[in-house]
Amino acid sequence: MSEKVLQKANWSSFVQALADARELWFPVKDGPIYKFAPYSGDVDAGLEEYAYSSVPPKAVVLPQTETMFLYQVGDKETSLPEEKKEKVVLGARPCDARAMDIVDRVFQWDEDDPYYLENRNKTAVIGLACNEPFVNCFCTSLDGSPGSTQGLDVLMVDLGDKYYLRSVTDKGSRILGDAESALEDASGEGSQAEEIIKEAEGKIKRSIDTEGIREKLEEGWEAPLWDEVSRACLGCGACTFLCPTCHCFDIQDEVEGFDGRRCRMWDSCMFGEYTLHTSGHNPRPSRKERTRNRISHKYRYYVEKFDKIACVGCGRCITSCPVNIDILDILSRVKEEL
Amino acid sequence: MSNKENPYIPHMAKVEDTWYETHGERAIKTFRVVFEDEEVKESWEHLPGQCAMIGVLGVGESMISISSSPTEGKFLRFSVMRMGKVTQALHQLEPGDSMTVRGPYGNNFPLEEWKGKKILTIGGGIGQAPLRPIVEYVRANINDYQDLTVIYGARTTNDLCFKQELEDLRECQEVSSCHLSIDIEEEGWSHFVGFVPTLLMEVNPSPENTIAITCGPPIMIKFVLENLKKLGFEDEQIYTTLENRMKCGIGKCGRCNAGPLYVCKDGPVFNYATLKQVPEAFA
Repeated sequence: MSEKVLQKANWSSFVQALADARELWFPVKDGPIYKFAPYSGDVDAGLEEYAYSSVPPKAVVLPQTETMFLYQVGDKETSLPEEKKEKVVLGARPCDARAMDIVDRVFQWDEDDPYYLENRNKTAVIGLACNEPFVNCFCTSLDGSPGSTQGLDVLMVDLGDKYYLRSVTDKGSRILGDAESALEDASGEGSQAEEIIKEAEGKIKRSIDTEGIREKLEEGWEAPLWDEVSRACLGCGACTFLCPTCHCFDIQDEVEGFDGRRCRMWDSCMFGEYTLHTSGHNPRPSRKERTRNRISHKYRYYVEKFDKIACVGCGRCITSCPVNIDILDILSRVKEEL
Repeated sequence: MSNKENPYIPHMAKVEDTWYETHGERAIKTFRVVFEDEEVKESWEHLPGQCAMIGVLGVGESMISISSSPTEGKFLRFSVMRMGKVTQALHQLEPGDSMTVRGPYGNNFPLEEWKGKKILTIGGGIGQAPLRPIVEYVRANINDYQDLTVIYGARTTNDLCFKQELEDLRECQEVSSCHLSIDIEEEGWSHFVGFVPTLLMEVNPSPENTIAITCGPPIMIKFVLENLKKLGFEDEQIYTTLENRMKCGIGKCGRCNAGPLYVCKDGPVFNYATLKQVPEAFA
């Protein structure tokens, strides 16, 4: 473990040092939102205004569309896309790194997913602790914290005129080594960082006691609650696309002339076509069944397989829902009514 | 990266023979294929009940049950109904053409566990495809089993799959009885007329030391299950095989779950005692 300090005056040389060593992904403003994009050198690379990214950094390890293999139509040979680059994600929120840890288990369950794991193994994550939690944050209800290090390689804490950086993994130490010239050794800033994290924990306003939810979801399968909470749903899929633990994908062939590729892309259990059989039969025919599946997958099915809730409390599904469907309202009703 | 390290890269398999089981808009065509790579051909192992992702490069893949038993030889058989984009493309394949195959996926019918028991298969329509390997496997190992009874029906004679094979089964010595049905009376049809669940009651099999496996349209399965219970079968004696839309086949893409069960990994073969606990399985 190494502890370093980065003076904000040295920010650009730090960023440049990271970008020289690896492909750097960084929260970039795109209209009203932030999303992670490769650092191009000419963006305003400060983290001062950034609160959280509307699109989670899962896109770095599980791209929205990803080529699986290429082929020429009519041929039998397939070829793999280029090898993935070594990457570093700067400024991921701790909840998003915890989410990667959750998704990792799915992509290693019984059989390894080579695309995801290659990306994941080649990606280092520098997390930025949350000094000011967002309005819908509830990470502390799910064993998280504004300064959680789970899934992170380096934790970074904003101390005003400087950042405190602490490596969590060997990979993290190597990353800090790459940017050594921009960093100073820490001297007591660690405890200041702890104070800030503790203070931030106290600022989280929303919460849920998850005790018993798994069992209630099983018992209350047919409850009228599901009709009621899904009635307003438009089926837009924002809650799942923007969820850092949602990882479901579709696989499609794309052909242009004779150039073919098989690719996978984010999909959503909130879409009707997701489960639609060719016969027209749909085992989850309405938004009621789909909403129940979304909540049950995170708070029951995943728990049964991996002994952990597949939600990190980032609050994006609440913030991004156009009709104000609130997972915490649903979960409290599950607790009270089922 | 080879196919061994990357489960998404399919193998190529050459179509050796094809024929139509049924005709019309939703025709069912059977393909007998062999792997083009000798190493894959030799190392491939599957058991009755398992599925494979088959398809055509440039179009896509569909999860199809392997309808041949490993006891039949080093080839695979798939019976595919023409329904959508991928199955339409598959139907255009003729002997000498290639299809993509990856797998095998899912669990299998516990035929080892069933040794010494009477085996009863109850199929409807294309639902006979995953049951066919049980019939072939048990026939090939008939000394290990006490009895084999086949019940199968479809809407009309044109919807019956494996027609000739099933007619032949009626004559073969390993099968103690093979009962066929169609829903509506047709000229020249000498077998049962009515629904499969009704035929089941007509056959009236004893539940004693028997395993019943059923597959067919959801409505048929529903009434077969009811009737098996009427005949005195315990839940543990009843098996079925499910299908749901699938993309990856290896528990990653998320869509095939029925409640907490992934059809691609926990299934497709399920015991009724397990399935009964999962309301979404019958959705």
